Amino acid sequence: MIPSEQIPPSDPAATTEQAANHKSAGHSRRVFLFKLSLLVNGAVGAVMAVPILGYLLGPAVKKTASDNSWINLGPLSDFPEGETRLVNYRNPVTTRWDGQTGDIPCWVRRVSGSTFQVFAINCAHLGCPVRWFAQSELFLCPCHGGAYYANGARASGPPERGLFEYDHKIDGGNLMISAGRMPTLANQARMEPPLTQIEVSGSTARLAGVEQPKPRCSSCPT
Amino acid sequence: MPDLKQRCIAVYDWFEQRLGLGAPMIEAAEHEVPSNTSSWWYVFGSAATVILVLQVMTGIMLALVYAPTASNAWNSLQFLDHNVRLGWFLRAIHGWGSDFMVAIVLIHMAQVFVFGAYKFPRELTWIIGVCLLLMTLGMAFTGQVLRFDQDAYWGLGIGASILSRVPLIGGALVDVMLGGPIIAGPTLSRFFALHVFVIPGLLLTLVGLHVWMVLRLGINDWPMPGRLVKKSTYVREYHELTQKTGIPFVPDAAWKDAIFAAAVMLAVIACALWFGPFGPTGQPDPTLIQTAPKPDFAFLWIYAVLAYLPPSIETPVMFIAPVLGIGGLLLLPLLSPEGEKHWSRRPVAVLMITVIAVTLGAFTRLGMYTPWSPIMNAWTSDPIPVAYLHDRTPLEREGAIVLQNKQCRNCHSIGGEGGLRGPTLDAIASRMTEDQIIRQVLQGGGNMPSYGNALSPSETDALVHFLETLRGNNLAPAIDASRHMVLTSEPNTPPPTGH
Repeated sequence: MIPSEQIPPSDPAATTEQAANHKSAGHSRRVFLFKLSLLVNGAVGAVMAVPILGYLLGPAVKKTASDNSWINLGPLSDFPEGETRLVNYRNPVTTRWDGQTGDIPCWVRRVSGSTFQVFAINCAHLGCPVRWFAQSELFLCPCHGGAYYANGARASGPPERGLFEYDHKIDGGNLMISAGRMPTLANQARMEPPLTQIEVSGSTARLAGVEQPKPRCSSCPT
Repeated sequence: MPDLKQRCIAVYDWFEQRLGLGAPMIEAAEHEVPSNTSSWWYVFGSAATVILVLQVMTGIMLALVYAPTASNAWNSLQFLDHNVRLGWFLRAIHGWGSDFMVAIVLIHMAQVFVFGAYKFPRELTWIIGVCLLLMTLGMAFTGQVLRFDQDAYWGLGIGASILSRVPLIGGALVDVMLGGPIIAGPTLSRFFALHVFVIPGLLLTLVGLHVWMVLRLGINDWPMPGRLVKKSTYVREYHELTQKTGIPFVPDAAWKDAIFAAAVMLAVIACALWFGPFGPTGQPDPTLIQTAPKPDFAFLWIYAVLAYLPPSIETPVMFIAPVLGIGGLLLLPLLSPEGEKHWSRRPVAVLMITVIAVTLGAFTRLGMYTPWSPIMNAWTSDPIPVAYLHDRTPLEREGAIVLQNKQCRNCHSIGGEGGLRGPTLDAIASRMTEDQIIRQVLQGGGNMPSYGNALSPSETDALVHFLETLRGNNLAPAIDASRHMVLTSEPNTPPPTGH
């Protein structure tokens, strides 16, 4: 190796053939070294990719359950029976620069006594904020017109399921909910039967309810 | 004076000797193009590039003040609008520039499609152009997010909800998009990085490639009916055309580009002065739910499509349609790289572009007035027309109150006021019989919720009696023909007893 490098300066009068030989020998050595360097850089890149990918995908790798924690929504006396109220809570997982985005609203329905339903604000269609209308006992979504009944069941419009519900419990006279993540179809939908079942069973039940009494009534003496 | 001129030339030469960029740039600017490409139809690409430069410059200036944190972004925009001299104007130019850029990129694309310019040898130019369109739309969406207001907040919610529908990895995608469990600080930081670093970097790189290929392959010659593109002969033919009719791009053809670019810039400035900046609307506070979120203009058609898709096919359509659409655009030049370029001999192409344009236009128009959305305050803000209360019985007037109180107006209009989700009620009694109205109100159906639980029998009675009076301009009431038959034939043939 070292002699071959030293030959050209020490022997300037070398024949062209010799020079070509030396050059090609050096060339193949340098090609090998270049390929080796590519390999080394590839290895370095692979090593670098691990932390970069881990950093980028970090939010997705975290366990879902770790984000949820029990949040106190207030004493039971805040929630009159038979009413549905908007309650705001501070999300348990926040950064100091989240500002107002860390305050999350939810709909609390006290059916009776200790029977509660706590609905997410996000429409099950595309996440817009649903509003409760006490007079018509409906939740309406301003975006695409999804409508839900008082118990959160789908009433009409594009949602394929009812409102998302938070797990809740009563602890020391306070209503607690398990929250922390934005509810979406990916983390809440699996508990519910798929749309086709809702649609089919719903419509057949409705048909049964509508059509069975009709012939009875028309044939019955008035 | 000649001394000064000589000194300037000397300075230029000093730089040119070291940089060596001047000569090739002048050569590129003066390269010969077929004279038939000097057309007002060929100005959209350069105009889009000019607007891109405008967006980069105004964007940098906005970034001098904008605070990309969830707690301060909205306030910093208010500060820009009201406390920084001409801050509102820069915001307005950046906002209107984005709308103009999307529009001009789309027009450019349509022109290239109609002129068959995507065919050999410019297939890759088209494919990169499709990527540029997607990135322009990506800039428009991420830019809307940076205007961190209510629309941005709930727009992110819509984006996350769409992603959550991806099979298997939906939840993980939502987490990566939001950067955390909810829409909050990390989400805005992510979109800031996308809007300011990632997408512009890619966009400028691809624009460079796009322009490079235009220079290398030549501007598409004006299509002639019957002059077919063949891979074996096209390059030679184009060369001959350039030699025969060539004119230097600068200045013989470029003056039209320059005039149009100036006109577009003036239009952006005029819109910015006249209409001002976009928003910001309300604060990005999710507890303020009295809002009707809406996307920016470029995405209204998607908003409309999402309202009209039946729930059962919505998720598949959401993910299959874009793949087919974008895939089709990318594959187009590979599937038809040869053949006729002129629109008069490509009826399918003309039909396609017409159908797509009309469809996008119609959905955008629908997105502007969202007939599918309930009008949340119609029940308290829109009164029943007085004419509908004249000469009515107390029960019928009570029904009008029920109609108002039960928020029927949010979805049904009366006298031109109210929601458009359900049918207008002005002539409802001429279309539905009393029995049909009762059934529809109590049981719902056909996109109407059932009100059986929300109405007492007396309220239902009053409501239906009021609705029975709504017959437009005294149209005949709807009648149940069979009921009439039953009633008149009852005395003659008593109904059978039992079943």
